[in-house]
Amino acid sequence: MAHSATMTLEPGQKDPAVREIWRVTIILSILTIVELVLGFSMIGMPVDTLHYFIKGVIIILMLAKAFYIIAYFMHLKHEVRTMIMSVGIPMCLFIWFILAFIMDGHHYNVMKNRYEPYYKEKSTIQMPPPAEEHQEAKPGLD
Amino acid sequence: MANSTAISQTWKGGKSPFNVEYGKLMMWYFLMSDSFTFGALLIAYGTTRFATNGWPNPNYVFSDFPGLGPNHPLLFVSLMTFILILSSVTMVLAVHAGHKMDKKAVVKYLIWTIIGGLAFLSCQAMEWTHLHSEGAWWGRNPFPNTDGSLSTTNFTNFFFTITGFHGFHVFSGVVINIIMLIMTLQDKFEKRGHYLMIEKAGLYWHFVDLVWVFVFTCFYLI
Repeated sequence: MAHSATMTLEPGQKDPAVREIWRVTIILSILTIVELVLGFSMIGMPVDTLHYFIKGVIIILMLAKAFYIIAYFMHLKHEVRTMIMSVGIPMCLFIWFILAFIMDGHHYNVMKNRYEPYYKEKSTIQMPPPAEEHQEAKPGLD
Repeated sequence: MANSTAISQTWKGGKSPFNVEYGKLMMWYFLMSDSFTFGALLIAYGTTRFATNGWPNPNYVFSDFPGLGPNHPLLFVSLMTFILILSSVTMVLAVHAGHKMDKKAVVKYLIWTIIGGLAFLSCQAMEWTHLHSEGAWWGRNPFPNTDGSLSTTNFTNFFFTITGFHGFHVFSGVVINIIMLIMTLQDKFEKRGHYLMIEKAGLYWHFVDLVWVFVFTCFYLI
């Protein structure tokens, strides 16, 4: 195992495993901050190509974060290759799982908008303003 | 050639071909199945969102910060995200201290991890209480879609179900970590000669953090 090497360290020497933990922490924090900056930049932005592009970038950053957590924090990177495969290969089902379901949902919406006039009309009805007791719809949390 | 002999010797028996302990391997397979549970919930949410014309704006719905009031989109959830990431870091440090048989460090980092988990749960409780006071709950959605049109209850149903299921995982993780802390204090692992149990609890805790990465992105960012 990779960690057993750390036991023979001289006193006072920096532990490389701990250094790696902090390196990954910094990477995860930076990725999160970039995600948040992108999230803030989307506020009030018109829904156009750029909007969807930023969403795509956020999803890629999310997958990068997932990789760092699994590979380093959960130590999967340091396991035997067959062990990595036995966990990793079943995860490939998610590619089908996500694509099939999301595309089906999208198609369902397209078809309903095309063939069900009332469905399309209903989605333009404005929501009535909140009732009297909910007048302060966004009170502070105190 | 040398590689293939090594492989055939690995699989001959007498030792674990995956070079991990049984319990740890089973923890990995449990987490794999759990990821499909969470995946099913999140994909159901995505499918519903793609099958609907309008959707509430998360920057409007989740814009409160306790003490600061409304109009602080993303701020509170960023705090929650960093709390969970940091508690994940202290958990890795606890696992690492366990490898070195350093009981004092294991206890210290486990306590920090438990505090992080409890802080996250408190934040989530505050957020839920606040949303409930605004009239949001399962079956009730006071928030209009981004374009002001009539929204469905799908938004709140998925939000409370998925963050609730994740919060339940955090809660079980905190309970597991408290049990680990008690066992460490009782010198159970010291007598066993290894801290592998902390490693398994650590895997679970990192998984909880991993799921939050996805929940956070799917509900608050996009």
